[in-house]
Amino acid sequence: MGPLIEVVLGGLMAGVLYSLVALGFVLIYKASGVFNFAQGAMVLFAALAFARFSEKMPMPVAFVLAMGVMVLMAWLVERLVLRSLVNQEGIILFLATFGITYFIEGLGQLIFGSDIYPIDLGLPKEPKIILEDTFQGGILINIDDLLAAAVAGALVLSLALFFQKTGTGRALRAVADDHQAAQSVGIPLNRIWVIVWSVSGFVALVAGIVWGSKLGVQFSLALVALKAIPVVILGGFTSVPGAIVGGLIIGVGEKLAEVYLGPIIGGGLENWFAYGLALVFLMVRPEGLFGERHIDRV
Amino acid sequence: MSVSNAPALLSVNGIEVIYNHVILVLKGVSLSVPEGGIVAILGANGAGKTTTLRAVSNLLRGERGDVTKGSIEYRGEKVHQLSPSDLVKRGVIQVMEGRHCFGHLTVEENLLTGAYTRNASKADIAADLDKVYSYFPRLKTRRKAQAGYTSGGEQQMTAVGRALMSRPKMILLDEPSMGLAPQIVEEIFEIVRDLNQKEKVSFLLAEQNTMVALRYADFGYILENGRVVMEGAAKNLAENEDVKEFYLGVSKAGRKSFRDVKHYRRRKRWLA
Repeated sequence: MGPLIEVVLGGLMAGVLYSLVALGFVLIYKASGVFNFAQGAMVLFAALAFARFSEKMPMPVAFVLAMGVMVLMAWLVERLVLRSLVNQEGIILFLATFGITYFIEGLGQLIFGSDIYPIDLGLPKEPKIILEDTFQGGILINIDDLLAAAVAGALVLSLALFFQKTGTGRALRAVADDHQAAQSVGIPLNRIWVIVWSVSGFVALVAGIVWGSKLGVQFSLALVALKAIPVVILGGFTSVPGAIVGGLIIGVGEKLAEVYLGPIIGGGLENWFAYGLALVFLMVRPEGLFGERHIDRV
Repeated sequence: MSVSNAPALLSVNGIEVIYNHVILVLKGVSLSVPEGGIVAILGANGAGKTTTLRAVSNLLRGERGDVTKGSIEYRGEKVHQLSPSDLVKRGVIQVMEGRHCFGHLTVEENLLTGAYTRNASKADIAADLDKVYSYFPRLKTRRKAQAGYTSGGEQQMTAVGRALMSRPKMILLDEPSMGLAPQIVEEIFEIVRDLNQKEKVSFLLAEQNTMVALRYADFGYILENGRVVMEGAAKNLAENEDVKEFYLGVSKAGRKSFRDVKHYRRRKRWLA
């Protein structure tokens, strides 16, 4: 029993990290109907900024400064890219985010350097053993994993409230449904886009710090985003809670598959399990677990 | 023509609109809407009705259109450079053709988005919401439904109600009758008249359904091929022989076939 619980817990923790990145995708998709391929690059950029700033100043200051950088980036993206693409097809905006991806990746490494930079949040790295009386040998858990889970939980809760309960959140959802109609009732698209890219910049920063403190800040962070794509397919592109549930399912699923199925069909299952699951979902439930159904009038 | 002597709330002076830098759609359209009036822009498909409304509300730019000549004044202020959002703040709001409700938002959330530009208190907004429900009782029963799942008539009501939430002085109403049953069309136009009389909202509406539009409007402009070809009090237009023949499909000789109408139009354009 003990090992199973350990695998599940390990999966949940990995899942939380996927969820953090997936959240960024969902936010921008929800608020502008664009799949933002650049989310991974934003995670890398934010983490790089934070890591380098925190070398020279206390962490809270570095955090605020890095957030400032992300807001500036949001503003520039709106100004230079999105503004001239109002009312264009989704595919055009999607491809524009491809361009943004490579630009941000290059720019980030140009400004901040391309080495591996550590982020040390000062948390105990030693895993703790709990429930020793219940199970033989107890269960190993990491404190920083727990913290990451708590942060993710808090983020999701506040974002869900923001989208459902506030006027700005409502306006964001309105823009996602229909750019033109939103414009016609006086919702300023420009400001909305800056807000939503800033919010997802914030999520990217949190995700970058959490991932960076585990793996070190390096280029491969940008690739973590690729793992978040199956997460949003599973959870639904438009659902904030979906990003979390999807992340957890994929995290747990791939760990369980690796440990229990791996020996049977050969290793390496962890690398493609998520994509296989996403593919199945695309076939049976393309809107994901919690996504909005496409409404068609017949 | 007592209507045109009243001070103009909106005046459009000889505007030209070009799409994509090459396609000339409006070739000098002038019109005015007096305070408290209901003015109709009539005409066939592609005449430029929607473009005229979008030029006023400044929603053209998203469609790659631009006003290249002429001016648009609202209460004497040139509004051509204002954003749609600024116009809504000044009291001019457009209800777009095809309703364009936010499908995934509930009816009530749709209405609330209309109040986005106002920094109104919760109580104010709740009061306005009640007012909208009093004009559209049917919306109240459907307030929790996702707008995408409501009927065409309910969506049109939602779209008008949403505009009302911005406390407009003037609503630009594009093709309210589109795809709706005649009964519902009458219902919508009755509400337009009500809003005009009770809330003092002025209307500029574009409509293909000439017959209904002339019944509710005070004044009308007929657009053809990007030009105003005729204007006058709604009553006079409704009695005009040409209008009857070209747009209402009736003449002294009874109903004409479509072929004959086309022939007349061609002759008329030739003369113009």
